[in-house]
Amino acid sequence: MKYLASRVGFLVLSLWAAVTVNFVLPRLMPGNPAILMLGRYKGQLTPRALHALKLQFGVTNTPLWQQYWVYLGHLLHGNLGLSLTYYPVPVGQIIAQSLPWTLGLVGTATIISMVLGTAVGVYLAWNHGHFWDNVLSTVAMFTAALPYFWLALLLLYFLAYVYHWFPLAHAYSTGINPTWSWSFAFNVVRHALLPALTIVISSLGGWMIGMRNNMIQTLGEDYITFAEAKGVKKGRLMFQYAARNAILPSLTSFAMSLGFVVGGALLTEVVFSYPGVGYQLLVAVQNEDYPLMQGLFLVIALAVLLANFVVEMLYGKLDPRTRQGQGGAYS
Amino acid sequence: MTQSSDLEPVVRPAIPKPRAHRSSVWRGFFGNKKAAFGFGIFAVFVVIAIFAPLLAPYNPQATVFTPLQGPSWHHWFGTTATGQDVLSQMIIGSRVSLGIGISAGIMATALAILLGMLPAYLGGKTDTIFTTITNIMLVIPGLPLLIVITAYVHQTDTWTLALVLGLTGWAWGARVLRSQTLTYVRRDFVVAARLAGASHWHILIHEILPNMLSLVVANLMFATLGAVLATASLQFLGLGNPNSMSWGTMLYWAQVGQALLNGAWWWLVAPGAAIALFGSSMALMNFGVDELTNPRLRQARRISKEFSRKQSRRPTHD
Repeated sequence: MKYLASRVGFLVLSLWAAVTVNFVLPRLMPGNPAILMLGRYKGQLTPRALHALKLQFGVTNTPLWQQYWVYLGHLLHGNLGLSLTYYPVPVGQIIAQSLPWTLGLVGTATIISMVLGTAVGVYLAWNHGHFWDNVLSTVAMFTAALPYFWLALLLLYFLAYVYHWFPLAHAYSTGINPTWSWSFAFNVVRHALLPALTIVISSLGGWMIGMRNNMIQTLGEDYITFAEAKGVKKGRLMFQYAARNAILPSLTSFAMSLGFVVGGALLTEVVFSYPGVGYQLLVAVQNEDYPLMQGLFLVIALAVLLANFVVEMLYGKLDPRTRQGQGGAYS
Repeated sequence: MTQSSDLEPVVRPAIPKPRAHRSSVWRGFFGNKKAAFGFGIFAVFVVIAIFAPLLAPYNPQATVFTPLQGPSWHHWFGTTATGQDVLSQMIIGSRVSLGIGISAGIMATALAILLGMLPAYLGGKTDTIFTTITNIMLVIPGLPLLIVITAYVHQTDTWTLALVLGLTGWAWGARVLRSQTLTYVRRDFVVAARLAGASHWHILIHEILPNMLSLVVANLMFATLGAVLATASLQFLGLGNPNSMSWGTMLYWAQVGQALLNGAWWWLVAPGAAIALFGSSMALMNFGVDELTNPRLRQARRISKEFSRKQSRRPTHD
């Protein structure tokens, strides 16, 4: 119970930090959305129209703490303001349209990558020092150092542009209408394959190396030696005894890396013009669409923080030691 | 003579010890194949960056060649859409790319040392507060945050970028260093130093830090790798200063100049490969240090089969 309370507390605290960063950042910089809108109309706005815009974007001269409360109130009601790029579409609506694409693509690719990477990691650790261990751990190091988007560009060029094996861009063909049909689903999957492949390739190595190193660590424990001496079968020793414990740190890094994956996938979406959250974030940045940018950042942060929370809760269930909290350092 | 030599050893042993430890770490570092190989690549890059103006065959800005030429004897990595030599751009660009990456890595590591070790050593409320801050920094998604920050800071020149990356990249290292410091704070040698009246700073820097040198080095490489990749991403999105010459901005111009639609794959491959190669050198060194500090990763094979061989090898290893 105490563990639950501390995790909820941390979730709330980190959410508050993300929200506050989002509030403070634009106010540290000169200009406001209404002025930007003015620039967009090349200055052809009457002062009254400018005033109306200011009201609409909530630009006021009230004290900061008051603005902060208004901002928090708006957030609680899900009001993220209006987008400048797609003016006057609310930011919330744009996010609602793009979020499913990102969750579908990145979520699936991440799970595939983690499962595959972990399985290979177990195998490599079991055969530590053999041929495949040396080859794959070196290859994994190289893929971990690859820029995600660069890999995406290369695959796009060779597999889609030169060989036409995959479509070039977008989440589904431009000619067809989104419907709940098999042909449409097939179309979507076909478009998602290449972006998913780049995400899997570039994140697989991390999972593999992480699991391999944990597993080697676990295989060196006394209880494994004892189990082996006792005559426990190989498969049981590998999975029931060693992998089950070795996977625990991988779970934490799963939560940690979600932020990284969302970040990396952001550029993958840009390269493939995939209409997800990352692509919209770039559109927002290029158009200086601060309300949209802020809304997207909040949604990404919220997704990562929630996923982190769920994993932490799960971790507490799986590993009782974490529930006890950490002792003081120096007294 | 007798009295002073009786007193001396109480203070002395703590001081030469770290030095001996350090030299053995370095010997091990170059003895490790992965680490040595990684360091080799890294050294080549550093030499190229230092002597860049001498090594570049052409002026990287000059738009005097036939546009979009493929790799040839005159232009090893081809030319851009405006007729610039890609190889020269890569060589000159290594300065900014390495500069940002390494300085951001050093800054992040320095912050990680400060924000990881000090709270762990002091304990109590300070520790709770700083651990919470570190954890928040860890879970807030990095690249989106960087994009939002650089979008607000309009003039993102090279050093602003390095500063932003350094200020946002310390959390992971702080966490690792904190937990390692926790294992030292109650050891006898720290207690002895405190009883001898050493200041907090002295204990942290001269007693605890030398023991964690390999972790710090590993973190430096990890942070540099992260900074190089993040810089490339931001510059690719056009968020750096697109007019500065670096690997990331080369990719940006390649994308803007529709390198792929023109079939000019070399324009994209070259700078990306440079980033990947430099990143790999960091990852290799990091992995090597990991193997050195974690004896189990270094053991040749798994348990019983090789038991006898391992036993005989162990004394020579450590």
